[in-house]
Amino acid sequence: MADLSDLKKTPLFDLHEKLGARMVPFAGYAMPVQYPAGVLKEHLHTREKAGLFDVSHMGQVTIRPKSGDVRDAALALEALVPVDVAGLKAGRQRYGLFTNEDGGLLDDLMITNRGDHLFLVVNAACKEADFAHLSTHLSETCEVTPLEDRALLALQGPGAEAALEKVAPGVVAMRFMDVASFDILGAEAIVSRSGYTGEDGFEISVPAGKAAALAEMLLQDESVQPIGLGARDSLRLEAGLCLYGSDIDQTTTPVEAALEWAMQKARKKGGAREGGFPGASVILEQLHNGADRRRVGLRPQTKTPVRAGAALYAHEEGGEPIGVVTSGGFGPSVEAPVAMGYVPAGMSGAGTPLFAEVRGKRHPVMVATLPFVMPRYKRA
Amino acid sequence: MLKFTEEHEWLKVEGDIATVGITTHATVQLGDLVFVELPDVGKAVEKGDEAAVVESVKAASEVYAPLAGEVTEVNQAIADNPALVNDDPMGAGWFFKMKLADPAALADLLDEDAYQALVG
Repeated sequence: MADLSDLKKTPLFDLHEKLGARMVPFAGYAMPVQYPAGVLKEHLHTREKAGLFDVSHMGQVTIRPKSGDVRDAALALEALVPVDVAGLKAGRQRYGLFTNEDGGLLDDLMITNRGDHLFLVVNAACKEADFAHLSTHLSETCEVTPLEDRALLALQGPGAEAALEKVAPGVVAMRFMDVASFDILGAEAIVSRSGYTGEDGFEISVPAGKAAALAEMLLQDESVQPIGLGARDSLRLEAGLCLYGSDIDQTTTPVEAALEWAMQKARKKGGAREGGFPGASVILEQLHNGADRRRVGLRPQTKTPVRAGAALYAHEEGGEPIGVVTSGGFGPSVEAPVAMGYVPAGMSGAGTPLFAEVRGKRHPVMVATLPFVMPRYKRA
Repeated sequence: MLKFTEEHEWLKVEGDIATVGITTHATVQLGDLVFVELPDVGKAVEKGDEAAVVESVKAASEVYAPLAGEVTEVNQAIADNPALVNDDPMGAGWFFKMKLADPAALADLLDEDAYQALVG
């Protein structure tokens, strides 16, 4: 077993050990990669019933406007993200991206308007850098506070609503990307109807001291099983969602990454608050003319899984690599290998035949539309 | 005769033909298998060569040739249904048969007691 002694622990560490998790280092934390059921069964259970994930390693941040007007915080944050934050209504959440001066991505995140302040959730591996980035650029007008004493649980799958309703009556009325406060175990929980699996579900921020009790309460529901990072990765891959550090990073722009849907009209050319974020000239130009390369879905045409790092070729023999796989593996719900990667724009159309090199041999793959499984978000 | 390697393969030996698979301990560590790549029949292997590949949802792992020899038969059933390896690793989940170049080399491998001591 890996040495976990130098790693940070989430408030659920003891519970993971009690549940028989295999713990691994992840972004400086000891995290459960799988429980005794194993990645395959955990994945399928989440799609069929409900999975409980510990995502307490992720960063939670509040941005409070010194003026008292949340619009001032939204406008300040808009200087760092190509997203319409000012147009986000109270109680609503939106996906966002921190960009750099080259148009690359420093992180991806969730942004919530909590009425009088903004609430962000950022990636574990980026959180220190994100805090510093936010503090540097927003401190004049806002108070930026990392919430280090809060845990984050995700409850995902078709059974999530019924299971959480028992603990937090009223969540049933929420729809996709709603965020609201609920009293759970006598403390304020921030509940969002969102997730990273393609399923309906919730993310629940609670004080660290309440996390284990909440997790145990949810696990008492027979439909709820604990799910590790292994299945979290295969679930998000099937859902076509990016993993920061693999599918997107400082060298990929939102347009290359096929994330232009995360940029609303107000921030695009001709919009009310056009540009004004790092890398705007690059990104707005790419929005107009397209990028040279695109992130696409890939369906291997044989049974051989194609994993991150595999080189992509236009032909079965000869030639230089034309792209690379950034995430890949076996999709338990698709019952076949699935992958995504970057290819030249001219080869990014669905149905384009390509080849991926695995163990020295080129295997046929086909460019496919994402996601690989239809999302089941509760939109209405 | 049943022999084991430190890389968690087992060999059932009859004459100079060894049937090779991976141990129960290995399947528990790997988790549910979703893909198996078998060697071609007739392939000559040296001890320690990559002979097969097994993949779980998460990762790919190699299965090594436990000794030198020639692959004489492969178990297509596990390529068609990798779960068979998890269900019956020491039986129906065998990987391939090989003709041993030097059956005397079997003496260097672990017996069952020594293997069990290794995996605890």
